[in-house]
Amino acid sequence: MSTIESPRPAVILREAAKPRPRWQVILVRPETVTFLLLIIATIVATRLSPFFADLGFILESSTYYVEFAIVALVLTIVIISGEIDLSPAAQMALSACLFGTAYRAGAPIPVAILVSLVSGLAMGAFNAFFITVLRLPSIIVTIGTLILYRGLAQVLAGDKSIGSFPGWFVGIDYRMIGIVPVPVMIFIIASVLLGLFLGITILGRQIYQIGTSEVAAIHAGIRVRRIKFGLFLASGLTSSIAGLLTASRLGSVRYDLASGGELTMVLIVMLGGTYIFGGRGSILGTFLAAWLLVIIATGMTVANIAINAQLTVMGLLLIVSIIATNAIYARSQR
Amino acid sequence: MSATGPLVSARGISKSFGGVEVLRNVDLDLMPGEVHALLGENGAGKSTFSKILAGVHKPTRGTLSLAGQPVEIPSPIAAQRLGITLIHQEPISFPDLSVAENLVIGQVGARPLGRVRWAALAQEAKRLMALLDVPIDVTKPMRGLSIADQQMVEIARALASDSRLIIMDEPTAALTPKEVETLFKIVRRLREEGRTIVFISHRLEEVRAICDRVSIFRDGDRIETAWTADLSDAEIIRRMIGRPVADYLHRGTSHVGAVALSVRDLTLPGRFEGISFDVRKGEIVGLGGLVGAGRTDVARAIFGVAPASSGTISVDGKPVTINEPSDAIALRIAFVPEDRAIAGIFRSLPVETNITAAVPEKIAPRGIIRRATEKLLASQSVEKLSIRLASVRQPIGELSGGNQQKAILARWLLSDPEILILDEPTRGIDIGVKAEFYDMIGELAASGRAILLISSELPELLALSDRILVMSEGRLTADIPRAEASQEAIMFAAVPRSGRHTVSGAAA
Repeated sequence: MSTIESPRPAVILREAAKPRPRWQVILVRPETVTFLLLIIATIVATRLSPFFADLGFILESSTYYVEFAIVALVLTIVIISGEIDLSPAAQMALSACLFGTAYRAGAPIPVAILVSLVSGLAMGAFNAFFITVLRLPSIIVTIGTLILYRGLAQVLAGDKSIGSFPGWFVGIDYRMIGIVPVPVMIFIIASVLLGLFLGITILGRQIYQIGTSEVAAIHAGIRVRRIKFGLFLASGLTSSIAGLLTASRLGSVRYDLASGGELTMVLIVMLGGTYIFGGRGSILGTFLAAWLLVIIATGMTVANIAINAQLTVMGLLLIVSIIATNAIYARSQR
Repeated sequence: MSATGPLVSARGISKSFGGVEVLRNVDLDLMPGEVHALLGENGAGKSTFSKILAGVHKPTRGTLSLAGQPVEIPSPIAAQRLGITLIHQEPISFPDLSVAENLVIGQVGARPLGRVRWAALAQEAKRLMALLDVPIDVTKPMRGLSIADQQMVEIARALASDSRLIIMDEPTAALTPKEVETLFKIVRRLREEGRTIVFISHRLEEVRAICDRVSIFRDGDRIETAWTADLSDAEIIRRMIGRPVADYLHRGTSHVGAVALSVRDLTLPGRFEGISFDVRKGEIVGLGGLVGAGRTDVARAIFGVAPASSGTISVDGKPVTINEPSDAIALRIAFVPEDRAIAGIFRSLPVETNITAAVPEKIAPRGIIRRATEKLLASQSVEKLSIRLASVRQPIGELSGGNQQKAILARWLLSDPEILILDEPTRGIDIGVKAEFYDMIGELAASGRAILLISSELPELLALSDRILVMSEGRLTADIPRAEASQEAIMFAAVPRSGRHTVSGAAA
């Protein structure tokens, strides 16, 4: 090490890190992992059962999951904003039970539907109040309301199911548009619309910014609390729609409708590569993950794998997907 | 290895952060039993050098020897084992633990699962505090202590670990004169015991009072080491600054116009009280004071991040209500926050997204983002502020600190503000980029913007401001016109003089 050096060596060696090559930016992202898993799952399932070659069969068997998948789309946006909502399945149950109760009390179906939708908004607003006005952590608030809403549903409807809805309301999962059942079509359309919302609107952009750094978002003049309030409202409204779809599919409602559904929703969102700490994720990922889940679940059922073994596989999948997502994001963090 | 040899010998120490060299080839000897001052502007490299000694940073190049033996100091623990203690500028402590517990934290030798002897611990803590002659109840939690008292606890901690080398990074910044005197007494005693003290301070009179030798740093170079008595104040300052401060003064105050921002009796209990001032168009008003004086809180209140509980804010003579930042932005107020990493940038998002964050209506007139418009606006900003980057699409976190800060400034320039609040705008950025910032701030004022500049760097405040306000403990204590402004005048108003004070207390 010589002590004689030019008096002024260049101070600036490097002003900014080199950007990653383009192929990496495009290929190394969580949705790619979801997509690859989807292809692998499809190939394996097709080997297990010839039914899988039939697209109609897959679409029909998806109607059970698609109700959760629709809510998962909104949940994706909530999680990107840095919050979480664990109460949608309970909201589905309570709003569906309100629908059933209103119908039993003599309200016409359209009025009962309206009651259900308004209750969804009210439940969303209740969550939002605690989270955005009182600034409580959403994970605790929505665990609380998850129990509360489910409990209210039980108080309201008792242990018996409410049914005998008119024929035109029941069986929406058997109404087809082409070969696509109506609920699946709703899911596909909602995916496109919400994907566009998140991808090209300024609100979508601001949701990513809030999730990346809420403090910075506040300092940039983004109306963080208003946007989050809106997201929880949307979550409530979507849950009540999903609750109605379930009521139609089952032909009756009970307090335990969609029981445990919150975990399925979170599973779908995580499988789709959305980052649990917010700021990253996409509707495309959630869309792909929903189909991955349908294929794995149906595939295992067709292959006669016991239900408890199915749960094990789902749990493993969730863990693997979180590891993959984290690894990919850690990598792009430099 | 003779008794008169240096305790520490640094040879050719260099350090780079993210490609920016902040320390260049520094040679320095520290003798046993001396108090050695490190002087220099913020960012000159003195803090970095002392952090290398304390094992916080590892040098990029160069060697260190301790008492003649070459050593490597890979971590603060290792430094402590070698008898080196760093007392931080802003005391780092565990606010909910008691003073006594804080005193023994980080002490090596304790077994992880060993029993804590509370009585012995309290006894030892009392003994240490008695050495310092400071009446602090060691059983109280740290949280209730003033900054000054917390500093004393830090010093006691260094005494507890029986260090050979104690580095004090601006220990007097938050102390009252009486407390400073107590500290100096302790420092002199430590020197008599043969320990080496490295003393970092901006206050020359303090350096004169206790330091045997001084080393002056500038832009990462050690410019000179000399006996304190051999250099006059003027000589020291000239070496520190290395250029006439007047370089930045290319504006007169002639184009100062009407009052743009007016604040009356702004109060947020526990933070600031009765703040009143005006900022005129074309005027740069400096806001000085010690860390924790409430300057940032006032800025946050004006911008609506944490609004004041009483008082009025007027813009262009009209009283306004600002409940959240979007209200302030609508009134064409901009705020570049102090903590860039947390309150400024969206780290993982592209530079262009960061730059356009505050002007949604410009890139998305009907709610749909126009990519081309966005890219154009971002690229124009990049060019105008000469932000160095590879692509506007790259995550802002990949840029250097100075360029990140430029991007944040660019964000606010896009919103075309009439009133700009800049909170420590040049903290942690390269000296070269700093000069660019000074030019930009000057130009903004020259174009008729009202600027409120919060800065802890006195030379920066003095060079840029038309008028300097000083805050101390949540109150405005001075309004100094440019002609009368000096480092001494600012510090005189900034240092609390009301005896014992509680800055961090939850009072009120």
